[in-house]
Amino acid sequence: MVKKEVKRVVKKFFRNPTALMGLILLIFFIIVAILAPVISPPQDPDNPYRIPIATWSLEPKPPSPQHPFGVIGQRDIFYGVIWGTRTAFRIGLIVAGVSTLIGITIGSIAGYFGGWVDEILMRITDIFMSIPFLVAAMVLTTILGKGLDKVMIAMITFGWMATARLIRGNILQVKEEQFILAAKALGVKHFAIIVKHILPNTIFPVIVQISMRMGSLVITAAALSFLGLGAEMGYADWGTLLSYSRNWLTDFEKSWFAIVFPGTAMVLFVLAWNLVGDALRDIFDPRLRG
Amino acid sequence: MVSYIIRRLLLLPLILFGVSLIIFGMLELLGPDKLVSVYIRGPESEKVAGAAERIIKKYGLDQPLPVKYAKWVGNILKGDLGWSLVGKQPVLNAILSRFPYTLELALWAIVPVVFVGIWLGVVSAIHHNRFLDHFLRVFAIVGWSFPDFVFGLFMILIFYSKLGWFPPGYLSYESEEIVRSAEFMKITGLVTIDSLINGRFDVFLDALRHLIAPVITLAYLWWAYILRITRSSMLEVLRKEYIRTARSKGLPEDVVIHKHAKRNALIPVATVAGQMIIALLAGTVIIETVFNRPGLGRFMATAATQLDYMSIIGGALFYSLLLVLGNLVVDVSYAIIDPRIRLK
Repeated sequence: MVKKEVKRVVKKFFRNPTALMGLILLIFFIIVAILAPVISPPQDPDNPYRIPIATWSLEPKPPSPQHPFGVIGQRDIFYGVIWGTRTAFRIGLIVAGVSTLIGITIGSIAGYFGGWVDEILMRITDIFMSIPFLVAAMVLTTILGKGLDKVMIAMITFGWMATARLIRGNILQVKEEQFILAAKALGVKHFAIIVKHILPNTIFPVIVQISMRMGSLVITAAALSFLGLGAEMGYADWGTLLSYSRNWLTDFEKSWFAIVFPGTAMVLFVLAWNLVGDALRDIFDPRLRG
Repeated sequence: MVSYIIRRLLLLPLILFGVSLIIFGMLELLGPDKLVSVYIRGPESEKVAGAAERIIKKYGLDQPLPVKYAKWVGNILKGDLGWSLVGKQPVLNAILSRFPYTLELALWAIVPVVFVGIWLGVVSAIHHNRFLDHFLRVFAIVGWSFPDFVFGLFMILIFYSKLGWFPPGYLSYESEEIVRSAEFMKITGLVTIDSLINGRFDVFLDALRHLIAPVITLAYLWWAYILRITRSSMLEVLRKEYIRTARSKGLPEDVVIHKHAKRNALIPVATVAGQMIIALLAGTVIIETVFNRPGLGRFMATAATQLDYMSIIGGALFYSLLLVLGNLVVDVSYAIIDPRIRLK
């Protein structure tokens, strides 16, 4: 059943031009991330995410053959954008992965057992949703002591609720189906029923949700880095690169390249995930199709 | 419906209690030693011998967790959110004095969000599957992918650094002098309204000039969102029987769309309105920093970089309270608008 579904999805996906565009963009970013050491060889192979100092002068330098994207904060922007792709994938995949796992666990327990377990878990979900995400992530990051790892912990802590609600809703629907009742009657254990019989039937919407969230997670992490809470200075991260431009904004000639190149990389990265996620959602949820 | 509202109101204290527990938990992550040093950073007058002991006693820092929590909540309910390092004043005063700036920015953003977003959605639905519709859908998804602060930086780059039209900041130097002067009456705290009350159109125009870029930055993201919701709900409504009836009795298309279809299509849009206002307020955290505007958002961002824990905790409490109350108002008013909800 799952195999047939995958076939249907792949077929529909490739007939959608915007989805294809998203996929091509995404593959492009994956190739850049994999080939980063070839495109921009690090000076210090043990510490490749540290952008090497390009110049001792504090003045930004516009693009030149030696530094194709220019120099800001003494750092080569091209190097930062290339290695920043890896940072973006790492943040997105780790945060989306772990928070989805937490969401699946909480959502399945709530949906499967129902009753007061459900009531308590869903009220906890409501409570976690009552603090604006960016504010919550900002406060927790600050208290944990800044840094990219702290940003990720904070985003995971406040990022699991949507998945929990989604999984719970789906499980409530699947729970009363004949094959689940049959498995229960046969004496299959709760855990086995959830993992083997229920989750495979609810997993596609979760995949859609992950791809839709990847973009916004990378944006939030970059925003926190931009505010100075995320990656430390000199780390290959798009948000940090953008934050260098803040001191030079009044002078167009000295700042445009520091915004245009990392900014465009970010927009395209988010766009890629949104296009793919959008196409997948159209396929799974025909009601939303126009 | 009364029972629905009562149930919703009963949930309110529970949610607020939960939120306070989470925020208290985050504060506890600092550890006892750091907590004392956080609390002790009060005004200079408190820095006398024995201050540490007094603070440990006042906040119950040596007590078990439940007692500590009770004292913490007690102080908050009394309005004591601690001392703000960044604001050099009590946290509550710091928050309340900065909130009007943020509110003004968010309120201004709502106007273009709602009107332009709905208009685009209706246009897209009327031209369903034609060029304009495809164009607007691409616009929506690209818009949705543009991080707000990157968009803001592009705005500054083009409209300030290059063209010199919309400067960042809050007011020009001259207008700020006028606003600070004694004759200028501050009634609402929102400079665009106060300047009109005072009859200072120059200040009003100056404030608008500084508002345009951040307002567009806050708004465009929601254009994409509102466009999508309006479009899909318009398409759904346009397929309904009563629309066919309206058309077959010979009503002009304009009347069918604007009088019959649009009114029902806007109900789903109304449901996201509350969520949107809250998101606009939270969005100002980064937008105010990008555009160098005073306000609660930039206060939070500065406090976070300066490790001013009391201020960010206070700010988080304030934003959460806004979110919870906002959601309550939306849910209740939605139950009043749409009878299907309250009968559930």
